[in-house]
Amino acid sequence: MTRLVQNAAGRLVPVEINGAPAVPYAGPRAHRPAGRRAGPLVRSCADFPADGDKRVESIKQALLNAGLRDGMTISTHHHLRNGDRVANLVFAAAAELGVKDLRWFPSASFPCHDGMIAHMENGVIHHIEGSLNGPLGDYCTEGRMRGTAVLRSHGGRWQAIQDGEVAIDIAVIAAPTADPFGNATGDRGPAACGLLGFALADSQYADHVIVVTDNLVPFPCIPWQIQGNNVDQVVVIDSIGDPAKIVSGTTQVTKSPDRLLIAELTARFCDEAGIIRDGFSFQAGAGGTALSFGLFLRDMMRERRIKARFVRGGSNQYLVSMLEEGLTDYILDGQTFDLEGVRSMRENPGHVNTSPFTSYNWHGKGNFASMLDCVVLGATEVDLDFNGNVVTHSDGRLLHGIGGWQNCLFSKCTILPIPSFRDRIPVIVDKVTTLCGPGELIDVIVTERGIAINPLRRDLIEAVRGSSLPIRPLIDIKREVEDLCGGPPAKPRLGEDVVAAIKWVDGTVIDAVRRLEK
Amino acid sequence: MSRVGEAGKREAGVRSDCWLSIELRDAGGIAIALKSKVGALYGEAIEAQLRDGCRVLGVAHAAITVEDAGALPYVLAARLEAAVRRAGHQPAAPLLPPARPGLEQAGDRNRLRRSRLYLPGNEPRFFPNAGLHAPDGLILDLEDSVAPSEKDAACVLVRNALRTIDFCGAERMVRINQGLQGLADLEWVVPHGVQLILIPKVEDPRQVVEVDERIAALRRTGEGCAEVFLMPIIESALGAWRAYEIAKASPNVVALAIGLEDYTADIGAQRTLAGTESFWARAQVLNGARAAGVQPIDTVFSDVGDEAGLRASVLEAKSLGFTGKGCIHPRQVAVVHDAFAPTADEVDKAVRIVRAHEDAEARGLGVVSLGTKMIDAPVVKRALATVELAVRMGRLDSGGGE
Repeated sequence: MTRLVQNAAGRLVPVEINGAPAVPYAGPRAHRPAGRRAGPLVRSCADFPADGDKRVESIKQALLNAGLRDGMTISTHHHLRNGDRVANLVFAAAAELGVKDLRWFPSASFPCHDGMIAHMENGVIHHIEGSLNGPLGDYCTEGRMRGTAVLRSHGGRWQAIQDGEVAIDIAVIAAPTADPFGNATGDRGPAACGLLGFALADSQYADHVIVVTDNLVPFPCIPWQIQGNNVDQVVVIDSIGDPAKIVSGTTQVTKSPDRLLIAELTARFCDEAGIIRDGFSFQAGAGGTALSFGLFLRDMMRERRIKARFVRGGSNQYLVSMLEEGLTDYILDGQTFDLEGVRSMRENPGHVNTSPFTSYNWHGKGNFASMLDCVVLGATEVDLDFNGNVVTHSDGRLLHGIGGWQNCLFSKCTILPIPSFRDRIPVIVDKVTTLCGPGELIDVIVTERGIAINPLRRDLIEAVRGSSLPIRPLIDIKREVEDLCGGPPAKPRLGEDVVAAIKWVDGTVIDAVRRLEK
Repeated sequence: MSRVGEAGKREAGVRSDCWLSIELRDAGGIAIALKSKVGALYGEAIEAQLRDGCRVLGVAHAAITVEDAGALPYVLAARLEAAVRRAGHQPAAPLLPPARPGLEQAGDRNRLRRSRLYLPGNEPRFFPNAGLHAPDGLILDLEDSVAPSEKDAACVLVRNALRTIDFCGAERMVRINQGLQGLADLEWVVPHGVQLILIPKVEDPRQVVEVDERIAALRRTGEGCAEVFLMPIIESALGAWRAYEIAKASPNVVALAIGLEDYTADIGAQRTLAGTESFWARAQVLNGARAAGVQPIDTVFSDVGDEAGLRASVLEAKSLGFTGKGCIHPRQVAVVHDAFAPTADEVDKAVRIVRAHEDAEARGLGVVSLGTKMIDAPVVKRALATVELAVRMGRLDSGGGE
């Protein structure tokens, strides 16, 4: 078993993951990288068709041409979300070719990928480095996966690729529209999803890049979110995904009165704290509470004629309506959640594509997330030190990816609007089951039972002093909820073995997930 | 005789509740089969609670099966007690959760009752957070929202909720059933902190008297039972006809409400948005209540999605003289309170009239005037009422300044 050391957050983490050395977390901003970025192979046009037609007949043939062999790393992406067919087709082809021990490096996995369990059982896939939830999460948490899972934020995934931590042998990019040269876009086509930002790093750094599309257009495919000059092969198939599961027709705001109350308190907090003013910026997730927060904010902005400079998203119909109404100059879009978002991205020059490089990459010369006046995020658990967990359930099971969550914590004011308990499960605990975000970066926790401000943020405490907001110490809310739930919950029975490593935005290891005892 | 009893819910989508089945046995102790959504965190606590509960209830031997979707302890206790009763076992003692501090405190007869939020009595997931939405009153409903076959289980659950849940300052209200069943309901709630009983479908003052007498009897036997107020609901032509008598039936009546769904059916009319069909009854209830010196309370507004419609409806009720409205969704509460509050103009004018009145009194003048206008005594009285209301609703400092 690999050696564990205590990192700066007091968590025991492995110093070696899947045979490669790992650096323990040293603090939110402490670690400094050295050296040069990784680079892809130098290639020659002489090896590609002069007419620009890089089509091959099948995914299987493309994998053969790419030199697929045992132990390689294959990446795919989650812009088709739960409608994705491409990742499944890739590993089905790999299985047919008889290769073993592959590392799957998705930008995220979804329930539609549960079939990967069979590929792990029969040896085609060795292990997964990406978000794990549902049956895949259980498979990993129960210790049945051969290697150690590695969970990274969207920005952390870019960082790992560019720093050479993860060398991608073959990147397979699902493209809602593409041309034979490999130029590709996500903003149109039967499986339109918005943007392809999650695949951008792979297109630039992987040894071999395959674009798979079901909507081939003659050269040039405009816009080219993915540049054909980075693409080796193009495969045309009947359908890359199920449109009904890629984006929602319409995004739904929550009808839950408690969540609406939390969203309203969050908006009122932003107001009292002086965050909502001309030229400000914010980011809110796509969950029901975050969406409702956006609507309360929109009403305030309308009433007082306040205009944001930019809004980061997760775009959806509500952000689009704000853009079209003139309540914000720009949407800086990281992923598109509904058809209105996709339409706006196609039509509105103020609706701008971003990528994990521009928005989130910690090993760059700045990123957009830290420039935001406030972000509104979720969490499965928080603790009395304001630490947050987004990847495991309180029972120790992996249930979510990190997404952009860690990257967003660097905003000027990070707010977590969360219910104080879910069914009988308290959300505020003594120590989070898995540490994903350090408390130094989490400023405000808004629950239906009151608002807790991180004692480190004296400025925020001062700003809302004397307001009618229900500001309370976090421990008071915790005690009240434990009274209701019948005491603090028991700790899950966890084994010694590390089944997953949680990376911080700089590639260091902030925590490890242990095997769950039956 | 069957010695099996079941209680609770287990269909898909159930949250914060459980289904519990108990088979009473003659030997073998307590055997528990637990399947819980929160098993990893509270499995042991649940088993311990069930064993402890059986001891209190006087059940020594039983097989218990539980499918739990995150029921809070007071819910689990209620389901256990209901199942045990249904299995034909008369509990040695009721399985009472510990009482919250302040449970014995009586309500305030004259408190604001602008909003009363109905919660279905057998739906525990709505209970813990309802008070956070700050209605003036929270109603745990045993009547129309509870299926006839679940009345017994709802009684146990509502009793436990009264003892456990923080109402956050909202008046603790229960709507009982009609007739004998309603009188029996009182035993479950009067000793457990209820502050106001809503009596449905009242057509005769004697109904109020019966409820009042039963409460008095329960209070004599129970310890620490606070005073319990009454809010009869008028829901028929006959009830409307006798509104004043009903409001005067007991000194414990503090408010008289009208329920229009049943009323319009009773008079053979369709309920319309304009509401002309119910105008007489509403006016009758309003005047009956005012004549008896109690608060006149309007019906519920049932379109949860129509905030503008709700606001208009409250403003119309307010213009008629009503001081309260029924709510069926927490998001209606703030709208109702806002619409009942005096407007800034109304407050401003009232403050000026009150000041003129005080000024005239100080100078020993018999006549109050504001500018060139004479102010009559009823105008002063209404202005005083507006100022008082504005202070109570937080629209005006009690010092009288803006």
